[in-house]
Parts: sequence; structure tokens; C-alpha cells
Amino acid sequence: MSNMIATRESYGNALAELGKINENVVVFDADLSGSTKTAVFRKAFPERHFNAGIAEMNMAGMAAGMAACGKVPFISTFAVFGTGRIYDAVRNAICYPKLNVKLAMTHAGLTVGEDGATHQMLEDVALMNALPNMTVIVPADDTEAKQVVFAAAEVDGPVYMRFGRGKTDVIFDETYKFEIGKAKVITEGSDVAIFACGIMVAKALKAAEMLRAEGISAEVVNVATIKPLDTDKIIEVVKKTGCAVTCEEHSVYGGLNSVIAQALANNYPAPLMAVAVQDSFGESGKPDELLEKYGLTAENIVLQAKKAIALKG
Amino acid sequence: MNLKEIASNVRVNIINQTADANSGHPGGSLSGVEILTLLQFEVMNIPSYDDPDRDRFVLSKGHASPLLYGVLEQKGVLTKEDLKSFRRINSKLQGHPDMNKVTGVDMSTGSLGLGVCSAVGMALAGKLDKKDYRVYTLLGDGEIQEGTVWEAFMSAAHYCLDNLCVIIDNNNLQIDGEINKVMSPYPIKEKLEAFGFNALEVDGHDFASLREAFDNAKQTKGRPTAIIAKTTKGKGVSFMENNASWHGTAPNAEQREAAIKEITEAVK
Repeated sequence: MSNMIATRESYGNALAELGKINENVVVFDADLSGSTKTAVFRKAFPERHFNAGIAEMNMAGMAAGMAACGKVPFISTFAVFGTGRIYDAVRNAICYPKLNVKLAMTHAGLTVGEDGATHQMLEDVALMNALPNMTVIVPADDTEAKQVVFAAAEVDGPVYMRFGRGKTDVIFDETYKFEIGKAKVITEGSDVAIFACGIMVAKALKAAEMLRAEGISAEVVNVATIKPLDTDKIIEVVKKTGCAVTCEEHSVYGGLNSVIAQALANNYPAPLMAVAVQDSFGESGKPDELLEKYGLTAENIVLQAKKAIALKG
Repeated sequence: MNLKEIASNVRVNIINQTADANSGHPGGSLSGVEILTLLQFEVMNIPSYDDPDRDRFVLSKGHASPLLYGVLEQKGVLTKEDLKSFRRINSKLQGHPDMNKVTGVDMSTGSLGLGVCSAVGMALAGKLDKKDYRVYTLLGDGEIQEGTVWEAFMSAAHYCLDNLCVIIDNNNLQIDGEINKVMSPYPIKEKLEAFGFNALEVDGHDFASLREAFDNAKQTKGRPTAIIAKTTKGKGVSFMENNASWHGTAPNAEQREAAIKEITEAVK
């Protein structure tokens, strides 16, 4: 796992590749094309890249109009602006008419780091999940993030993709196949299920190794698609393990933990613990320091897994 | 049928829809009748509503849906029966227009200040594809209090969208009263000029003046045009005219009868 790449880099690279095979793809940015990595696309296809300036609502609205004329717009900015600030445009101009706009938002979560709470988006998945017609994807690494970009372009309707700022472990090799709506078992186990998304998948794998050293068998599942949720796979896994932990770089409200809790409550009630940011904003600091302070660590996953196991009857 | 007769029928449609639904927005629908009638029956190039090269219309002031539906009935896209279902359960005629439910609705709108952004995107797509279609969007004068409108205006000028024509239905009233008392957007023309628009001020109920403005817009190259249409809220129904309380109030049976009588007698 020595190879590390930020998923925003993966996005930028894949987008430029996508531009070659799909001439309807257009890209909008809001003065952050260097940070969101759409600059790679801009360089290759300047006529199909539009800088909306620091006016995100208009960016979303323009993208809706473009989609209504047959284009496949990808819009990018930081997740905090691209879901929170422009929620009304995403809701009313994109999701309600089910227009083919892809929201590729970067700098999600605590790992934004030093910029602090105003820029550390921890509620984006909750906001996007609540919108009808929206597909919500949180890729785990470079391999998956690149495939997500191509898969999103094939969806007829809005897709939210969540990318991170910091470099993260490359987990999957080229044999990995991402499919929208499919949760993927990475490590098999029988005592506890660990459902993770985004940068927490790498930490879940580390936690599973730590648990194994203590004689506990954990099944690690990558739940990249938050919506539509792969309920069948989640139930199948929990029927085997009898309990679970969710891991996400997001608020404990409205993200992976919430959707899995709902799936279990409706189908197969079982103990479920959460590794997530509790009802809190972030703060300035180095990404690793923040993950440590807010409990987004392999050690906390181990702790929560043991709690989940203890709750089993 | 001439434009005046069509406009009269559209006004009757607006009264009937809001009266039947006992809900909806008659005032700001009536003020835009001449604008949308002229656009859809004369100015716009619409071989069919699914032609990818057709001119587009975005009702940014989506609450004026009875106006759009009323015109589409006159175009033969909707029936009188359809109009009776306005705002009712299971109807395609939603309170605010849904592009996936009604042919002739080019963009779903309702949240003010967003339709104009989408119209800019449509015009931008037209430029990118080197197509000749034009995009028209109708905004309320209260709507331009929304900041997104000015983001959209800025981008329209930045991208030199001479295929975009913005019309502001300047009836001077919003729900809470006169726009200059609630939150003045004036001077509108000067602001639009400062934003890089070809800005024109016309009588929004006079077909000849509107026609001249739309011709001017078509001939203007390198920048978008904004037509500030001076209108009367509730136009054509004396007891509704210039009265903000008719923004979102439906006429009762007696008022419907009186309104239709006045509208139809005016064209005799």
C-alpha cells in the first residue's frame, strides 16, 4: 500500500480520458479548477470547459440548461459549496427535472485540513442522499474513483461523486470492477462486518488486520454507492456476522451509518456501531491529526467492532 | 385569429385555471400575456416542441404557470380539459411547470432566480454546438432581487450570448407590495447596461413595441439583450389591476364571471 493518490487527482485524470470518448461531456468549475483537477480536462478540451467564477448557484443552473440541450455536464467545486451552498439549484434545477448533471465535488471531509470547519464538508452525503433521482457515490481509492467517473457518465440522471483532497492508499488493482449500486466484499470474515466508504476503506482493512491478530474475524465491505444502497449484500453479510460497524469521513447523521441502520432495521435488526464524526464541525489541523482527534482511525474501528460483537445476543 | 384574440383567450384561460383550482397566481400571469403570446405565436421558431433546433423558452417566474399553460392550450399542445386539472392531484399541470410532464415546457422552474441560469446554459450549449436557436426567458421584477439572477446576467454577458433574450415583466408589484418599497431593484435598465446587456424598455402590453424589441434583440450581436417590459399586474381585469393581493389569490365564481366578461368584451 505504498502507492498513494488523492481521489481528486483520479477524477481529473479520468475526466480528461472521458472527454476523448464522449464529446458531449462539458465541464464547469467555480474558480477552483487547479484544486478540483479539472484543469487537466481544460487543457485538453478548452472549448468544453467553462469557468463560472465564484458563482456556484449559476454554475449548477447553467449545467442544468446544458443538460436540457443534450450535454453531459460535470460540475466541480469543493463539496461544501457544491452541495450546501447550491442545494436549492441541485434540488430544483437538477434533481427534480432529473437532468443529466454530474456533481463531482472535491475536498470533502476533515482531510481538507488547515482550512478548518468552514471548508470541511461533513453533511454532503446526507444532503445528496435525501434528493430523489440522485445517485450518491463515495469512491475509496484511485482505481475506484477513475471507474466511478466513467460509470457516472453512463447514468441517465444526476450523480453525486465525493472526492478527497489528501493522498490516500491505492487499495485495488486493475482487476477491481466498480459497479454502481454494488457493495464489494474485500476481506471475508465471520465475527463482525465493517462497512466503509471513501478513505475509511483503507483504515477498515487495517482494523481487520488488527482484529485478526486478536483472533477476531472481520468482513470488510466497500460500500461505495450510498444510493442506491446494495441492501441485499448488506443483509447477506450481516446474516453471517450478526453485527456491524460503519466507517465514514462524514457526520454520523445521514450518511453511511444512517442508511445501513435503516436497511438493517427494516430487514434484519442487528447491533450496529458507527465510526463517524459525531454531531460536530471540524477545525484547523493536519489531516492525520484531525482524523485522530475525531476518532476516524483503525484503532477506533477495532474498539467499535468489539462493542458491536459484545452487543450480539 | 389575430394576436389580440389569442391574448384574450389566454387571459380567459388564466382566470379559469386559477378559479377552477381555487389556487395559483393570476396577477403576474396576466401581466405577461402579450409577451408570451407574441413570443410563441410569432417571434420564436418552433417547428415542433421536440425539435432540437427549436427556440427555447424558460419561464423563470415559474409561478406564472397559468400563463404558460394558457398559451400552450392556444398552441394546441394542451386541451381545455387539461387546464381544468391545474394544481390537482395526479395532474401534469403542476403548480410550477414540470418539463417532464408538459410538452412545450423547456425547463422545470419554480424556485425564483434559477430559470435564468438554466437559460444561460441553454444559450451556451447553442453556441458550443454552433446552432442558430435562440433562448428566451421571462423573469419577474421581484425575482431579480435574487442574487443568482445577477450571476446569470454576468455570465450571459461574459460569454457574449447574443442568442439569449431576457424579458423582465416589470409590473412593479410583488407579494408584499411595491418592489421599490420591499427591496428596490431600480434602476433596472442602467444595471443591465452596466452588466453588458443591450437593454431596452418597452410597453409590455403593446405588440408593436414588443415586436420591435424582439427584432432588435435578434439583430444585436456580441451581447445578450434584456427587454424591460413595462406591464400592469392583473392586466385586463380592472379589479385585479395594480393590486398586489392578486399575486397569489384565485378568483371566486362571481369574480371569475366578471373577469371573463371584461376580458372578452375588450376584444369585441
